[in-house]
Amino acid sequence: MKAEVKFGGLGGQGIITMGFILANAAAIYDGKECVFTQDYSAEARGGASTSEVIIADEKIDYPHVSKADYLVVMSMSAYKDYVHKLKDDGVIIVDSDLVHLPDEKRKVYGIPATKIAEKLGNPIVANIVMLGFFAGVTGIIEPEALLKGIKDRVPKRFWELNERAFREGLEYAEKNL
Amino acid sequence: MSQMTDMRKTEEEWLRTERLPHVWCPGCGIGIVLNAFLRAVIRRNIPKEKMVVVSGIGCTGRTAGYVNVDSFHTTHGRAIPFAVGVKFARPDLNVVVFSGDGDLFAIGGNHFVNAARRNHDLLIIAVNNFTYGMTGGQHGPTTPTGAYTTTTPYGNPDRPFNIPHLAISLGAPYVARWTTYHVNQLQNSIYKALNMKGFRVIEIISQCPTVYGRRNSMRSPMSMMEYFQKNSVINNKASYEEMELTYKGKIVVGEFRNVGGIPSYEERYEEIIRRAQE
Amino acid sequence: MTEKHLKEGYYFWSGDVAAAEGAIAAGCRFYAGYPITPSSEVAETMALRLPQVGGKFIEMEDEIGSIAAIIGASWTGERSMTATSGPGISLMNENIGLAVMTEVPLVIVNAMRGAPSTGLPTLIGQGDLMQAKYGSHGSYEIITLYPNNIQEAFDLMFDAFNLAERYRVPVMYLLDGLLAHMYEKVYVPPREEWEKKIIRRKRAREGQLPYQPDEDMVPPMPLIGEGYNIHATGLTHDERGYPDLTPQAQEELVRRLNEKILKHERDIWKVEEYLTEDADIIVVSFGGESRAVKAGVNLARKEGIKAGMLRLITIWPFPWEYITKYSADYIVAELNYGQMYHLVREYSDNDVYQLNKMGGEIHTPEDVLKRIREVSS
Repeated sequence: MKAEVKFGGLGGQGIITMGFILANAAAIYDGKECVFTQDYSAEARGGASTSEVIIADEKIDYPHVSKADYLVVMSMSAYKDYVHKLKDDGVIIVDSDLVHLPDEKRKVYGIPATKIAEKLGNPIVANIVMLGFFAGVTGIIEPEALLKGIKDRVPKRFWELNERAFREGLEYAEKNL
Repeated sequence: MSQMTDMRKTEEEWLRTERLPHVWCPGCGIGIVLNAFLRAVIRRNIPKEKMVVVSGIGCTGRTAGYVNVDSFHTTHGRAIPFAVGVKFARPDLNVVVFSGDGDLFAIGGNHFVNAARRNHDLLIIAVNNFTYGMTGGQHGPTTPTGAYTTTTPYGNPDRPFNIPHLAISLGAPYVARWTTYHVNQLQNSIYKALNMKGFRVIEIISQCPTVYGRRNSMRSPMSMMEYFQKNSVINNKASYEEMELTYKGKIVVGEFRNVGGIPSYEERYEEIIRRAQE
Repeated sequence: MTEKHLKEGYYFWSGDVAAAEGAIAAGCRFYAGYPITPSSEVAETMALRLPQVGGKFIEMEDEIGSIAAIIGASWTGERSMTATSGPGISLMNENIGLAVMTEVPLVIVNAMRGAPSTGLPTLIGQGDLMQAKYGSHGSYEIITLYPNNIQEAFDLMFDAFNLAERYRVPVMYLLDGLLAHMYEKVYVPPREEWEKKIIRRKRAREGQLPYQPDEDMVPPMPLIGEGYNIHATGLTHDERGYPDLTPQAQEELVRRLNEKILKHERDIWKVEEYLTEDADIIVVSFGGESRAVKAGVNLARKEGIKAGMLRLITIWPFPWEYITKYSADYIVAELNYGQMYHLVREYSDNDVYQLNKMGGEIHTPEDVLKRIREVSS
């Protein structure tokens, strides 16, 4: 098994955190080989933010995403910047309120992650809703492993909020697939 | 045996006598400073293995080569950060930086400023002879305005450091200035500073007849000493303006600052270790 | 107060964090540094972790002060380290010479970025390979190590400190803009196990002078505060450490400083030989770039081209015997205009080709494959 995931969005949406949580969880709690990188230069280009995760059973040589299996984007600009990195049969996962792709031929899975997060009381957990949705759509990581990864990254007093956000995303995937 | 002979014998134990004669010119003031330093150290009964002397480069920088303790002749300007490493790693040692004005305040100025700000527990013996002696008498950061050196052949256009003012502004808890004429005061000052904590600075105005004096109508060691004798004014409460040194002007000496109770960097870091291991 | 040591287990670390944790596990207890991208996370990790194990961290006023401080600390017996990037190494070079001349064990991390000058602060470069050895003035040898994954960034720190102590020499520990910020899984063994790997500093025999070498050409190091009355100087010196400014003393000292490393180069060398046994073409590579090279070699093998990879983990002393032992053609893949290429050419009897990129990113596996194809046809 080998999956290449590219995350993109705007600064402040937790794009780098999203990648780190997935990668850390896959490596530590799902027993996989994993590489996580973030693009520092993109941050300087007016708020764009991106990170990359490669998950595999075997050791990973080339550490960058060359052809992504999954493109997870939370802004139109990120979609435009990175869609060329997606495989022809790759899958696109979006915040459906922020990214509209009527002409895209590939599979697009959308979730109103920011809206759900706002309903939960804090838009900051939109990325965690996205991660739950990602786990449900892709099945490349055990949801419980990913939840452990979230708890590694988030202060204890926010665990409950983040777990609810994660489960909302996961259930949304299960209901709508 | 007389007291004098006893002191001399003890001093010899503190010197690498096999390395004598030293490199300093006849009439140089650095030997006077070293002598005062050794006498103060001996009076303080500091065990030799607890004393470390660090020097940079230059005439005064050669001091480390003559003291028979753990002693380091480092790179130009870097005596202070080297000493910071020794002291921070082994806070139980007495670490003395013994170096010249060019080494400490020009090339090493940034280290002086920041080490003083952090209040490392170091004694700085700063020998100021107004010039770069070892390289042949060029102008340096302490050369008085108007003085003649090999690189200021028309007189020095720039302004010297006011070292006590600099050190006080950075919060150094002990700051004094003497000349090589004031041997007793100097020895007592070092004796006192050895028993204190924090960044202690003693500036010693010293004669360099060989390359500085001779270009400034003080060709002999005696004429420079006479200048120090006639122009020095002891004033512990001198203003910063009065501490300024001018060409052939007055030299205000004294113990300008002496305050206790300011924790050193090394003491503050003990608290950091405590917090980290809570 | 109780010391907090790493527990056995898996960690997800960046190269900077792994290098810092590896250093602490390898016994480092003194760090002085100045922040610079992409090495700053080494400093941050040291600031957090060193006091937890009773060590000392200090942020100095610049890189010159940083290396001076670790030289001083190393004389007290502490395993001492600093970390920086190219511009900082340029500032440290004078005192690297002092450490070489006075034979002080140190580890200096250089997370290489795009250069010259300020260059590409966040991105990978491999332009400091020659600087690692030739940065300071004079003729001397130091040891340079360069991992290519995050587990190795942790493990190789034991080699770095052990070699520094064993040969009384600064060890340059290279990372790059990719490895410094890239995260991978690291297994940390139980503390008893890793502590067994630590080789302690050789102590002097009764009456042995501070620069009197043993048969292995390395003098045991006396420590500050133990009554040796050490004298150390950057001037050419005799076995007592006293200045001896004669051609004879210079000849004896500088020869020994070089030969104490070169005579032991086979003990120091570490390389990874990947599919080299039957290879017609061997791609020489190191650090972050070698990740692309290995993938490219695998692509070539799929096409039936007998390609292999020689990854230098020891950069200096240059592991030349691994070049002379093969009768293959070489491609030297490096993120500079051509540095190690000249070394490989010096030792290879066959053709040596280049694959260069000026930095900012590593080659793609397809770039490597393309070059292998060109060379093999």
